[in-house]
Amino acid sequence: MTDLTRLTAADTAAALTSGDVSAAEVTEAHLARIRAVDGAVHAFLHVDAEGAVDAARRIDARRAAGEDLGPLAGVPIAVKDVIATEGMPTTCGSRILEGWVPPYDATVTRRLKDAGLVVLGKTNMDEFAMGSSTEHSAFGPTHNPWDLERIPGGSGGGSAAAVAAFEAPLAVGTDTGGSIRQPAAVTGTVGAKPTYGGVSRYGLVALASSLDQAGPCARTVLDAALLHAVIAGHDPLDSTSVDAPVADVVAAARQADVAGVRVGVVKQLGGEGYQPGVEQRFREAVSILEELGASVVEVDCPAFDYALPAYYLILPSECSSNLARFDAMRYGLRAGDDGGGSAEDVMAVSRDAGFGPEAKRRIMLGTYALSSGYYDAYYGQAQKVRTLIVRDFAAAFERADVLVSPTAPTTAFRIGERIDDPLAMYLADLCTIPSNLAGNASMSVPVGVAPEDGLPVGLQVIAPPMADDRLYRVGAALEGALADRWGHLLIDQAPELPTTGGAQ
Amino acid sequence: MTVGASVTPELADYDEAVASYDPVLGLEVHVELGTLSKMFCGCATAFGAELNTQVCPTCLGLPGSLPVLNQQAVESTIRVGLALGCDIAAWCRFARKNYFYPDMPKNFQISQYDEPLCTDGHLDVDVLTPAGTTTVRVEIERVHMEEDTGKSLHVGGATGRIHGADYSLVDYNRAGIPLIEIVTKPIEGTGRLAPELARAYVTTLREVMRNLDVSDVRMEQGSLRCDANVSLRRSPSDPLGTRSETKNVNSLRSVERAVRHEIRRQAALLDAGGRVVQETRHWHEDTGSTTSGRSKEQAEDYRYFPEPDLVPVAPVADWVERLRSELPAPASVRRRELQARWGMSDPEMQTLVNAGAVDLVGDTVGAGAAVDAARKWWLGELARHANERGTDLSALPITPAQVARLVQLVEDGTLNDQLARQVIEGVLAGEGEPDQVVERRGLAVVSDDAALTAAVDEALAADPEVAEKIRGGKVAAAGAIVGAVMRATRGQADAGRVRELVLERCT
Repeated sequence: MTDLTRLTAADTAAALTSGDVSAAEVTEAHLARIRAVDGAVHAFLHVDAEGAVDAARRIDARRAAGEDLGPLAGVPIAVKDVIATEGMPTTCGSRILEGWVPPYDATVTRRLKDAGLVVLGKTNMDEFAMGSSTEHSAFGPTHNPWDLERIPGGSGGGSAAAVAAFEAPLAVGTDTGGSIRQPAAVTGTVGAKPTYGGVSRYGLVALASSLDQAGPCARTVLDAALLHAVIAGHDPLDSTSVDAPVADVVAAARQADVAGVRVGVVKQLGGEGYQPGVEQRFREAVSILEELGASVVEVDCPAFDYALPAYYLILPSECSSNLARFDAMRYGLRAGDDGGGSAEDVMAVSRDAGFGPEAKRRIMLGTYALSSGYYDAYYGQAQKVRTLIVRDFAAAFERADVLVSPTAPTTAFRIGERIDDPLAMYLADLCTIPSNLAGNASMSVPVGVAPEDGLPVGLQVIAPPMADDRLYRVGAALEGALADRWGHLLIDQAPELPTTGGAQ
Repeated sequence: MTVGASVTPELADYDEAVASYDPVLGLEVHVELGTLSKMFCGCATAFGAELNTQVCPTCLGLPGSLPVLNQQAVESTIRVGLALGCDIAAWCRFARKNYFYPDMPKNFQISQYDEPLCTDGHLDVDVLTPAGTTTVRVEIERVHMEEDTGKSLHVGGATGRIHGADYSLVDYNRAGIPLIEIVTKPIEGTGRLAPELARAYVTTLREVMRNLDVSDVRMEQGSLRCDANVSLRRSPSDPLGTRSETKNVNSLRSVERAVRHEIRRQAALLDAGGRVVQETRHWHEDTGSTTSGRSKEQAEDYRYFPEPDLVPVAPVADWVERLRSELPAPASVRRRELQARWGMSDPEMQTLVNAGAVDLVGDTVGAGAAVDAARKWWLGELARHANERGTDLSALPITPAQVARLVQLVEDGTLNDQLARQVIEGVLAGEGEPDQVVERRGLAVVSDDAALTAAVDEALAADPEVAEKIRGGKVAAAGAIVGAVMRATRGQADAGRVRELVLERCT
């Protein structure tokens, strides 16, 4: 019998629909895989084996009763631990929320459940989604399935690694500055950040409200599209949710055709500081798109040079305010409550004990940037840069239907390599941040491994807001052409993982 | 001599204070809007519900929750703005006001900062002076929207305040209730009338809110709260002095008292060569004084920035114009109509307005009472009870219908004024409707002549000296016997009839 964990979500769904396999079997197979390899990978912070099997059985029963279920019903999924799941712990990778069990589901979670997906558990992440390596998780790092000594990207390294390690065919991630796309790039998987407002943020524990966006992680572009279609769409509980029809991303992924598509290569996202193998694979991929009938132009986005500094003012500012609620008064960690101190003392001691160094760094940066007398110079200026970036994108999209760049400047770096150098860590998101600042849709697609280290390289596709379908059309075309060349998906050449068994 | 903030200063004489200094006011009034649901979630807003039952992830600030703006609150705010003659912004945003406090679920309050919904209005306020009624135009700086915080309950300790409490509890039912804040521009030139003006302003504003039916504006329940900023300067041509901001002012009467107190306190400080510290002060109803809260020097930097979880508010012009066209006639117009109908003089009407009794009297008249009687009870006995309790008339647990019934009972002779006062006491004590109180306390006027005659004879026999005087023609001496009979019947006798009987029995 085929290994059910090696199937794509689309193939799993087909097998479930035809009755070749049951949801319970598929779920059990993935739970077994998690038990076997997650000791080495540490993609999960929480696995709900019992709940997952129960949910799968319910789907099987409904299918047996002849109910018309959604296209992904019975397919297992992993959820980043920043998304509220009723009755299941949600820690955001932080000590300060250790043990917190949300009394409600995020809209994304609700939509997954309504569509019949089976939630396996919660995936590891940098604390409150701050980081590019998952090393800032309070519960230990996730390891890259391609090389366990290396980082799986971040903040959503757990979701990407779970998919790359065949522990789940699908995962939900969130992307504030690249937290879906950069992990996808360094793990050889597909990750998409939908248009800002495309997927509800209700129940997504906020890092930076104006930047955060949940999106799909998968091993194929079509799988990502199928998940995207489940979670996207207007939500009255999120005021910033766009009340407009969602582009047909599944049809676009199936279309997989770039003939006549104008592809803009962003001049600012490449060159000095980019790993040669990354640039090489990127250029090859662009040539393939050209061979497939796309026209390629270079576009100039000068304000992108200021994207990273602007981002590191806007994000900490919003984050300093969003993370203020973690004060030990109502939920989460409480420290220093010896009866002697004031509420403020308990708040201070708890926050000191509960937040890790990166969270503290950004809270302090943001508090400073918003302070009276500094606001205009920092937050105000950064918002102006944001406007310039939006304009650069608008101008670029006059000349191109999609823009492309490497997803990250380098392949996966070693665990520990950048942990003491925040600026080096921040550079991992150099290419992905502009899309968050402008609210565009973006995707990372695997385009091979870098010759010098054999590690995956991702290409980023960027589309204008609400034109998410273009990502899938271009991504799927590229994926298909490369698979034709290689005879398989990139992820199929990932090394076998050591099995430790029973680690969960 | 050095006078610092640590030394409790004497209070200056009020007349001397306002002779030496020019007081300037700034009033910030918070009004809870009477919307069915909260500002940013669907939770109910009913007052007095069991603690922490009207809450959800959003108003508890649970991780991941998001606010969604209540359109009704925006509409109410626009209507208030229009009634106050404000400009309505075509586009504005919410901002986050960041500070840590346990009653703030998110440790920031969603408010409006530099982009309020309504700006530049005014409210004409009538103030009664010895020379007659004078109308003062109070300029309104802004009306903006914000969410209320939770309510801290400090347990243990003597004062119910956080200092000395054993522990504190928080009720989040109030968290997220829609508030509007109405901020005046500096109110100058009112001189010695500043305290009365402050009270009259809040009274008139309350009338506006009631007229628009946007809030129940009950100060004692906190649905209308006033912060009074007071500063003094030597002369109207001087720049504004340093102000104090007095909070916790929970009744109309307190507004006036607090302003008067601050004028006297600041004058004493300045007279002694000291300086006024810019600070928040807390009003204490019981002592009629204020104490220092946090000073500006230690004040928080609120780190305002636009609320990224909400989209801008952009009321379309057609909507605003429709709301404008649908506004009710101004409260002041209605007040003048009532005044004419009731045939009251300006001072009489002003007294009613200041007492917050216009609607109460109106409703009592509506329930069948004569204007004079309704006015007499509300401004007399009931005002005395309100004063004793330190609340507003509207907060007394007696309804206009009950007062109207009382008036009727007096008119038909069932009660005399003295008995009616006891009935009021009973109603206020929760003993039921006026008729029930009459029955349970056995308060009806005794008009049984046989019983009264017996009581009169008893009183005459008990005081033969006085009886002899009356018999000797000293009719004035009858008063002592009447008093004795009234005492003996616990006030239930008809005093006029008793007098007649006394004279009858002595001839």
